[in-house]
Amino acid sequence: MSALRGLALLLLLQAAGEGLTHALSLPFPGPVVGMVLLLVALQWPPVREPVAAAAQLLLDHLSLLFVPVGVGVITHLGIVARHGLQLAVIVVVSTWLGLAVTALVLRGLQRDDDAP
Amino acid sequence: MTDFVQLWVYLSSTPLFGLTATLAVYVLAQAVYERLDRAPLANPVLWSVVAIGVVLLATGTPYPAYFAGAQFVHVLLGPAVVALAWPLWQRRSEVRRRGGALGVAALVGGTAAAASAVGLAWLFGLPDDVLRSLAPKSVTAPVAMGIAERIGGVPALAAVFAVLTGIVGALSAKYLFDALRIRSWAVRGFALGTASHGIGAARAIQVHPDAGAYAGMALGLQVVLTALLMPLFF
Repeated sequence: MSALRGLALLLLLQAAGEGLTHALSLPFPGPVVGMVLLLVALQWPPVREPVAAAAQLLLDHLSLLFVPVGVGVITHLGIVARHGLQLAVIVVVSTWLGLAVTALVLRGLQRDDDAP
Repeated sequence: MTDFVQLWVYLSSTPLFGLTATLAVYVLAQAVYERLDRAPLANPVLWSVVAIGVVLLATGTPYPAYFAGAQFVHVLLGPAVVALAWPLWQRRSEVRRRGGALGVAALVGGTAAAASAVGLAWLFGLPDDVLRSLAPKSVTAPVAMGIAERIGGVPALAAVFAVLTGIVGALSAKYLFDALRIRSWAVRGFALGTASHGIGAARAIQVHPDAGAYAGMALGLQVVLTALLMPLFF
């Protein structure tokens, strides 16, 4: 029941986020605004327990939620195949560069607490 | 045989098919992943996508017919992104202390990823709309689609690149971090969320709770930075 109340709350905050982005024509997606709203809402103790239960349920299975979008790759196999090798190089190199630069910059800025 | 074909035609035209296939295949892929000690190459998103994709292509089932059922899983992405605030809130004092460093790392790392993708695409002489669809690939697919549309890319193609980027990060980040001797779970998670958005974050959550929390924050930060800054460059 707690998880269900939490899910209702998350959906309400997402809806509020969508509403705000439309009303103020913000360039951000609704769920990200909802995430910020939840950070504010968590100041209020009664929301914490239901949110924790729903968050656990959704985030433990976050991978599953990307499967439907992922399967959508089959709709563009043509272009992926046409520029296959080049696209593979681009995606792999830029992703590694992004990972390495982010990690090295963050570690460089706070050498003291690079503990496991 | 014709009975089977008729049954398939019936099943594949109801939402039941897409939903059942998504959950059943994922549960199986997740079980294999656990058996293999969560080896990055056994990534459940990758193998679920491959398995379902092969079935759809082999049976000639159109993607929209699949999505009619899969959308019930897909809609949960919204509340899941909102829920990313929870692990962040639990670590609020630590996050506040590191705030500046996190912002700089997100900006520099995100720029490195986007600029190298666009630069390479330009070097290879790829069509302009493909190049513009590659630019927002470090943010989660639905957001990448919206940004691609605004900067003159192809939304569906942007979603494809975002998914591939997420999978590449989830598969290879462990080896890259090990090679660079990056041991902090917070730093590893933050980099995964920055460069490989939600699919990277999903992997981070499975590896360590600290990595998951920082990955969630990084993907939120990357969405905000990309949405604000990318239209200025195109």
